[in-house]
Amino acid sequence: MFETIAFYLFSVLTIAAFIVVVTTKNALYALSSLAAGMILISGFFFLLNADFLGVVQIVVYTGAVMALYAFGMMFFDTTTELREVQGNPRTVFVLSGLISLLLVIMLVAPIAGSNVTALFPMQEGVGNAEAVGMVLFTKYLIPFEVAAVMLLVAMVAGIVLASKKMDNSLTLEEDA
Amino acid sequence: MITLNHYLVLSGLLFGIGLVGVLKRKNLLMLFFATEIMLNAVNIGFTAISNHYGDLSGQMFAFFIIAIAASEVAVGLGLLVLMYKRKTSVNLDTLTTMKG
Repeated sequence: MFETIAFYLFSVLTIAAFIVVVTTKNALYALSSLAAGMILISGFFFLLNADFLGVVQIVVYTGAVMALYAFGMMFFDTTTELREVQGNPRTVFVLSGLISLLLVIMLVAPIAGSNVTALFPMQEGVGNAEAVGMVLFTKYLIPFEVAAVMLLVAMVAGIVLASKKMDNSLTLEEDA
Repeated sequence: MITLNHYLVLSGLLFGIGLVGVLKRKNLLMLFFATEIMLNAVNIGFTAISNHYGDLSGQMFAFFIIAIAASEVAVGLGLLVLMYKRKTSVNLDTLTTMKG
């Protein structure tokens, strides 16, 4: 009963927040409602007994990614409205609706027909964070290290790309 | 009672919203936001299946998707800043320089 109420509440709020993100013209509204949606999505992770993932979702997405976007937006002139030219909005909605329906069917169909056995079953009496740690540092150690190197590469790339000609002012374009 | 299908339908819906954003927006920053929505939708699906089968593999995949999303944002924002310095706009249409 509690799970049902929580699921529907989180669903409606998340969908509303994300619809605001894709429809609003104001970049700040989009940013804040995206952050709200990220926090609401962590609610699903807690409902699904994935406590560790829920905490990571809050810390990484609303802590790091949103802060990065907020800093990035200081470089742009977000007050100017972009003229979003589009041919036929109905085509876009019908096409994307059909594609998402197709994706749901494709994802559900093979799982419903086959019997999947758990490779790394959840053990009794072990917390989610401990279980994640045990699987992550035994079976998924190599991907974990590769992900760490990838994050390092991304950090270096971000610094190098964003700091080029940092001494030039963006608002004095005619001087450049 | 909330079953696996509820979560998968929600995941598909959120993915559809993100897809609409990717197809519709011309602002590159909004395009990045829509990509984040799609990645999160996939994460919900992975976690729901992980919970349904009592298997931790789905959570591991969601974990790595979060790591990939974080590095994508770092590189993408760097490129976006660079593009804004060159073109003074984050409009996708300013990138159409190859006219055939």
